[in-house]
Amino acid sequence: MAVGKEIRTQIKSVKNTQKITRAMEMVAASKMRKAQERMTASRPYADKIRNVIGHLAHAHPEYNHPYLTSHDEVKRVGYIVISSDRGLCGGLNPNLFRATINSAKEWKEKGVESIYSIIGSKALSFFKRFADIKAQITQLGDTPSVNDIIGNVKVMLDAYDKGEIDRLYVVHNEFVNTMTQTPKVLQLLPIVASDEKELEHHWDYLYEPEAKDVLDALMTRYIESLVYQGLVENIACEQAARMVSMKSASDNAGSVIDDLELVYNKARQAAITQEISEIVAGAAAV
Amino acid sequence: MAMTMHVDIVSAEGELYSGTAEMVFAPSEMGDLGILPRHTPLLAKLKPGEVVIKTSEGEDSIYVSGGMLEVQPHVVTVLSDTAVRAKDIDEAAANEAKQKAEEALKNRDSDVDLAQAEAELAQAVAQLQLLEKLRKAGRH
Repeated sequence: MAVGKEIRTQIKSVKNTQKITRAMEMVAASKMRKAQERMTASRPYADKIRNVIGHLAHAHPEYNHPYLTSHDEVKRVGYIVISSDRGLCGGLNPNLFRATINSAKEWKEKGVESIYSIIGSKALSFFKRFADIKAQITQLGDTPSVNDIIGNVKVMLDAYDKGEIDRLYVVHNEFVNTMTQTPKVLQLLPIVASDEKELEHHWDYLYEPEAKDVLDALMTRYIESLVYQGLVENIACEQAARMVSMKSASDNAGSVIDDLELVYNKARQAAITQEISEIVAGAAAV
Repeated sequence: MAMTMHVDIVSAEGELYSGTAEMVFAPSEMGDLGILPRHTPLLAKLKPGEVVIKTSEGEDSIYVSGGMLEVQPHVVTVLSDTAVRAKDIDEAAANEAKQKAEEALKNRDSDVDLAQAEAELAQAVAQLQLLEKLRKAGRH
């Protein structure tokens, strides 16, 4: 029957789309679990290094590290922005960029310029149109390693060392739960001391080799570990957001199919009714 | 029972070892260190090598590609690197990241200022919020 051929093709095409979105949803769900595992795996290191930094803040080091003391005057700030490489994950990236821009705008009102170090293609294509990008890396995949981000972090740390920036922030999405991811702007430098209770007596570490060497290496690793954690967390967020948005896409496709099927059936019914009435009319005429 | 201390060996990508030990040997940059419980607080840089953990049952050894060692009287923490780090390697990575940024900026197709980008973004977010609203309304 020639009725509703267009509608049938349309239904078929929506069904195909639905198959794709459903597959993407399932892929994202399994990737999210793995990403969450990596997120938990990276936590012990971050906790331990934070402890060490905490101890250090309460020790009385012979050498005062520049990362621990804040600059009096802020002339420029740096942002390390972590986004996903791919889209189709709802409002994840736009929300993140908005948080970044809001923060940059607050500084701008005080006459403070900002520079950027970018991780992820989405952020690159957004920020490269107007921002001063000092470093970028994209296409890190689902299993990034700390080594991938060393360069990006170092560029910003060097800028801080040279006094080109006076504050450093990292911006990434925070994994609250599968349904909720919130953009987070975290201050990296100067390091904000944790409020642990002070040890009573005066003490300091023995350093091997020199205090400066050891502390430099430690601080660099601390900042890297924070950025790395942000990166793995952002990947978990990306997968969760993709899962949710693909789920709603599949649901939407389902309702579109329902509507189209209704239209199709009505057209079919109408055609049959018309045919019958034509036959009846024809029979009556004889 | 011999005195013991807690040992944690972690890398940024996961936990490698956690447990109690009687003695720990670590390859510091200045030479190998042997650490017994109640050692004075110490921070040291490690070179690539083997960390040996002596427990009452025997010895465990874990390879680290450099990192940091923190010693507190009853806790030893090894923050292991995931790869061998050297100043020039780090420098090269930084230069590469910089270069990539310069390339990306070179073929900047349009010149937009912060305000314009913000406006575009606000639009995108508003669209997303509308979609969300429509979706919720559709369900009821």
